[in-house]
Amino acid sequence: MAELTLMRNAAEQQLAAEWQQAKDTLPGAAPLRAAAFQRFASVGLPHRRVEEWKYTDLRALMRDAKPLGAPPDATAKARARDAGALIGDIDARRLVFVDGAFVPALSDLKDLSRGLTIRPLAQALAQDDPLTGRYLGKVFATDDPAVALNTAFMGDGAVIHVAAGATVERPLHLVFAASGDKPAALFTRSLVVIEKGARAMLIESHEGAAARDYQVNTALDLVVADDAHVDHIKLTREGEKALHMSSLMADVGAHARFNTFAFTIGAGVVRNQLFLRFRGEGTVANIRGASLLRGREHVDTTMVVEHASVGCQSREVFKTVLDDQSRGVFQGKIIVQPGAQRTDAKMASHALMLSQDAEADNKPELEIYADDVQCGHGATAGDLDADLLFYLKARGIPQTEAEALLIQAFVGDAIEGIEHAGLREALIEAVGAWVRTRG
Amino acid sequence: MPLLEIKDLHVEIDGKKILNGLDLVVNKGEVHAIMGPNGSGKSTLAYVLAGKDDYDVTQGEILFEGESVLEMEPDERAAKGVFLAFQYPIEIPGVATMTFLRTALNAQRKARGQAELTTPEFLKRVRESATKLSINQDMLRRGVNVGFSGGEKKRNEILQMALLEPKLAVLDETDSGLDIDALKIVADGVNRLRSPERASIVITHYQRLLDYIVPDIVHVLSRGRIVKTGGKELALELEASGYAQYQDAVAAE
Repeated sequence: MAELTLMRNAAEQQLAAEWQQAKDTLPGAAPLRAAAFQRFASVGLPHRRVEEWKYTDLRALMRDAKPLGAPPDATAKARARDAGALIGDIDARRLVFVDGAFVPALSDLKDLSRGLTIRPLAQALAQDDPLTGRYLGKVFATDDPAVALNTAFMGDGAVIHVAAGATVERPLHLVFAASGDKPAALFTRSLVVIEKGARAMLIESHEGAAARDYQVNTALDLVVADDAHVDHIKLTREGEKALHMSSLMADVGAHARFNTFAFTIGAGVVRNQLFLRFRGEGTVANIRGASLLRGREHVDTTMVVEHASVGCQSREVFKTVLDDQSRGVFQGKIIVQPGAQRTDAKMASHALMLSQDAEADNKPELEIYADDVQCGHGATAGDLDADLLFYLKARGIPQTEAEALLIQAFVGDAIEGIEHAGLREALIEAVGAWVRTRG
Repeated sequence: MPLLEIKDLHVEIDGKKILNGLDLVVNKGEVHAIMGPNGSGKSTLAYVLAGKDDYDVTQGEILFEGESVLEMEPDERAAKGVFLAFQYPIEIPGVATMTFLRTALNAQRKARGQAELTTPEFLKRVRESATKLSINQDMLRRGVNVGFSGGEKKRNEILQMALLEPKLAVLDETDSGLDIDALKIVADGVNRLRSPERASIVITHYQRLLDYIVPDIVHVLSRGRIVKTGGKELALELEASGYAQYQDAVAAE
């Protein structure tokens, strides 16, 4: 029990107790889980002296660890029926997880197109599925404590495989709803493998009730093989008491197209982590995000983008709107590995401050070990431009409407990168609704 | 009642006096030209009329249709019928020109208690005006003024004016940076709006624009005051003799 000696605060002790209680009943992958918990236990919850977590001090923010979520009852399932509405009325294949567990009755597994395979993670782990054995936890090696906790406690999620050359026409919509009444910790993990030349769009929706006290730790291992084209969208609208930690680990092959977009429009504390590697040459990637924060919401986007091969292009654009006493954090690191010549990477993070009491922290980093590269970053924080406001008002547009137009324009710049027109419109509408309810 | 009446207007910016007792009366149906050297206060007058809040009015009054506008927000003044064509139109990335035009037009109509325009009616009006100003559909789809040339930005100002049909149009150096073809297009746009019910104030440094927008009355502005008023021939006289005599006249006071 050496691991317990390092545990300090209540949350860490509760996590250790949960681990002792749950480790023999969690589905499969026992050695992987044990190694992961050991990794977590050796460092504990990250705090402000850990550089990667400097602005999101988990030891301070996480007063306690909630008990592992119980399987959802009928009420919780019923509440989740309309979850995932942020995507508007676009046609997508729904896979619904309520309080961390797959709910077949709310999901659509009928008529899977050629080359598409879907199964729940709990089942895959329990049956030693070769796909999870090969990839889960191995897509992007990291010591990150949130990922370690996820690997230790992962309960359910989606395991999706798209065979080489297959095109999945309907977007796959993973809906994660926290809809039970009791405080709970929900650990979901998904694995998505898009083989050579295949094409798919994956949308994740994460949401929960405003009044509920819950913690989400979700992770996605994503393999994008050579010549594949993958769009990934993560929509987060959690309740105001929620602590949501999310980790995307992606490994992208050669000549692929990879787009990922993270949209956060409701949060207590949200930590969005992206660990991305471009392993093959000539890949083009757009990595974007937009967050709208109010009240005391805290949203941290922390990203590591590793260019490990020649001639890849990545564009990183993150927009954050901050009202009231909210806090937005962006930490972006681009690493260009030795030999990754002709890398073209440009990263931008912009914060729009609507309140004197909001705080935006921007920390861009470039680590370049090749000599023939084009890399750049830009970070800004500012309030609404008075000259733009005057121009709009001089045309008869009242103050609040003028502000709304400018806020929509600010985040629209990131949303416009979404290739799916219907989803783009739904998100622009969601921004409009957010702006109209500003206090 | 005059459309616009400015009485003894004193304006400061950051404690610096720019306008020093300016008087001006504009009646419906009239086109006034205000000419003057750089730094005489021309653009300040334009901004103060539109309601830009960096300017402190320390004395005097601005009446529009008999009502003081000094306490009104810029959008309220716009809804009353005041329009400023900017010397340097601003780029607004992310706000499509069509969205902007429609929001502005409907906001003004709403403020005046009129119904919003239907989509077909709105599109028809935009297309008609845009065609006359040689503004193509691609420009309308882009962000407001984003990627527009100087001339295109000025034409876009006139397009907005044509759609909003203001009672008083204030054109702040609309001729600056325009070649002769663009100047004619802009002037035609302004002339189309001339009517017994409307008025314009054309602010310019050069006489050239006034060949195409022929004013009824010409004023010379120097050091924050109108120092001479005359007919359209005054503009030609200024072109020949320059502004030096007026600056000296004020300096000698």
